[in-house]
Amino acid sequence: MKNLQLNTEGKLKHFLSVDGLSKEILTEILDTAESFSSMSEKQVKKVPLLRGKTIVNLFFENSTRTRTTFELAATRLSADVLSINIATSATSKGESLLDTIRNLEAMHVDMFVVRHAISGAGHFIAQNTAPHISVINAGDGQHAHPTQAMLDMFTIRQYKHDFDQLKVAIIGDILHSRVARSQIQALNTLGTKEVRVIAPKTLLPSHVESLGVTAFNCIEEGLADVDVIIMLRLQKERMTSALLPSEREYFKCFGLTEERLKLAKANAIVMHPGPINRGVEIESSIADGPQSVILQQVSNGIIVRMAIMSLTLQNNGEA
Amino acid sequence: MKKILISNGHIIDPANKIDQTGSVYIADGKILSVNEQVSDFTADLTIDATDNIVCPGFIDLSARLRDPGQSYKGTILSETAAAASAGITSLCLPPDTSPVIDTQAVTELIADKSEKANYPQVFPIGALTHKLAGAELSSMAALKHAGCIAVSNATAPLSSLLVLRRAMEYASSHDLLVMYHPDIPSLSNNGCAHEGAFATRYGLPSIPEASESIAVAQCLELAELTGCRLHFSQISCKRSAIKIQQAKKYGLKVTADVAIHQLHLTEDDIEPFNSSFHVLPPFRTKKDKQSLRESLANGTIDIICSDHQPHDLDAKLGAFPETEPGISSLETLLPLALRLVEDNAITLYQGIAALTQNPANTLAIESGALTLGFAADICIFDPNLSWTVNQDSWKSEGRNTPFWGQTLKGRVTHTLQAGKIIYTL
Repeated sequence: MKNLQLNTEGKLKHFLSVDGLSKEILTEILDTAESFSSMSEKQVKKVPLLRGKTIVNLFFENSTRTRTTFELAATRLSADVLSINIATSATSKGESLLDTIRNLEAMHVDMFVVRHAISGAGHFIAQNTAPHISVINAGDGQHAHPTQAMLDMFTIRQYKHDFDQLKVAIIGDILHSRVARSQIQALNTLGTKEVRVIAPKTLLPSHVESLGVTAFNCIEEGLADVDVIIMLRLQKERMTSALLPSEREYFKCFGLTEERLKLAKANAIVMHPGPINRGVEIESSIADGPQSVILQQVSNGIIVRMAIMSLTLQNNGEA
Repeated sequence: MKKILISNGHIIDPANKIDQTGSVYIADGKILSVNEQVSDFTADLTIDATDNIVCPGFIDLSARLRDPGQSYKGTILSETAAAASAGITSLCLPPDTSPVIDTQAVTELIADKSEKANYPQVFPIGALTHKLAGAELSSMAALKHAGCIAVSNATAPLSSLLVLRRAMEYASSHDLLVMYHPDIPSLSNNGCAHEGAFATRYGLPSIPEASESIAVAQCLELAELTGCRLHFSQISCKRSAIKIQQAKKYGLKVTADVAIHQLHLTEDDIEPFNSSFHVLPPFRTKKDKQSLRESLANGTIDIICSDHQPHDLDAKLGAFPETEPGISSLETLLPLALRLVEDNAITLYQGIAALTQNPANTLAIESGALTLGFAADICIFDPNLSWTVNQDSWKSEGRNTPFWGQTLKGRVTHTLQAGKIIYTL
């Protein structure tokens, strides 16, 4: 089947998922982001790559961090940005989602950045929007959050270089995490030596090994000798839906503590997509400690999103 | 009334153990003779069935017609026309219409509309519980009297096992067949895809096999307890098939059907986020498909049904989990059944039995056979005629099928219902 994300020349025109993209495409994103990296230190933090383009941030689900970095990224590319927060309840039907898209389309926009609570919403919009519009998935249900995954890959590459030498552990609510799915796909596509997931069975998808990972129910075993530790945020509602007994027990069994961190390689880095729950999934001293690259991830979020926005718009007709 | 001769066709009638080339004689809407020449028979109409298969008309145990209540998805007229073109002469309409089939009035309305449509016979299935709400018994005796052939709660949940037990006991008192959709809602948990690699990869809310097989196991226990005539609708996984096989071996009066698409598609075949593949129960694994095929061949599963669920465009326009489940499947029933024969999963004879004799036995109706004196419900088809699923060939209002655009082999040339031609190609 034709990949919806690629144009006729096989280049990225939408960015909906890491799934199905080649190592070359992912590397191109990382390299392009790197070319923007010196920019943030400059006096004028802008390039005219997307001048005259209109980008609409369509957030059907609340988010501050992701929306802000998308806004900043678009502004630094000199695009005009419009951010719309839409209450999920008003557009729970596909029909009205489509109407929203059609109305904005009529205003001659060039890109949609979409966050939505339903898996597949990004694909649906990309399938149903005008061909000149690029769609970037800023998180859909439990499916994918590919820009987050790419900024994480960028951060790993900054500190660790060769993926084929790395052991990476992702810890936490894999089942409900679109971030984890995209990270796993990106890590595997980039040739990571070993990808591990660590969680109780209630927070692991049924066929998690089919994603190309090794699953651990014991954090001590899973952390042994890893180069990269990725923590995931634990949502409060997991306690009310019989998936976990309490935050305290979770921290006791799966929280990242100084003690447990010692099991990983001495130069291991600790990542978290944010926002973090101190004392629930991670000890405060680690989050603020020397091995944490959590804030670096946030900075990288801007340049990686700049890279993705400029590449997709360039590949979708004339930029 | 007209005398019709269907000549020189390959007659397959499993109920009467016929599998040979010959002729069928029809007079006054009834089967007059099969193979044996009738003296003084002057046919008003002769249908040359050379190279074609002649068999009893198909009986479909589950076809949503969306009427009354959702005529924007389909009507009794449109969907029974589609059924006629698929060789179906009788079909069962599940009770989840709007209003629900839980009163005599709705039952009679459906009977009236389908009689006017003049196509296949429509057998309404009465609601097992009042308004399908799962709490109070429906007026089953009145429903039976009005023409309901069985009772079922369709896909609506029951509030407790006690309600199911009572409903089975009560249905059994009136010698009504209970058709049961095995599903434990708290386990299927609003899922939209099989709990397997596909749902894991695409982050979709998932449904484990256990949500079906536990319901099968529970209901089998209740069937033994209550002595109710029980039929399982749309089995989708190996674990359910194993339990039914054990129960049959043990001697329980139970039958089961499978939706035709479950015998062909698995989670591996789903095009990511293509809502045409959104169906409940969901497409399972290759192992399940294989087991369903074997169960059909060894008689654990008795019947193939279409599980026809036509939808309007909007119902399927959205992100996958938000779209409505179901496939428009009347017209692909025969070609997909023939593909099972081509795949050596079953014989043609078995396939036709699963579409004729077996559903007739489950419903306990005088149909699904070319028995002398029976109404002449007949399907004639060309097993080698290829056709493409597209707007020119399609009759159902619902175009929601994963087979859209595909070329399939096997097409009905004539459908007769009580000796009346209701479809010709």
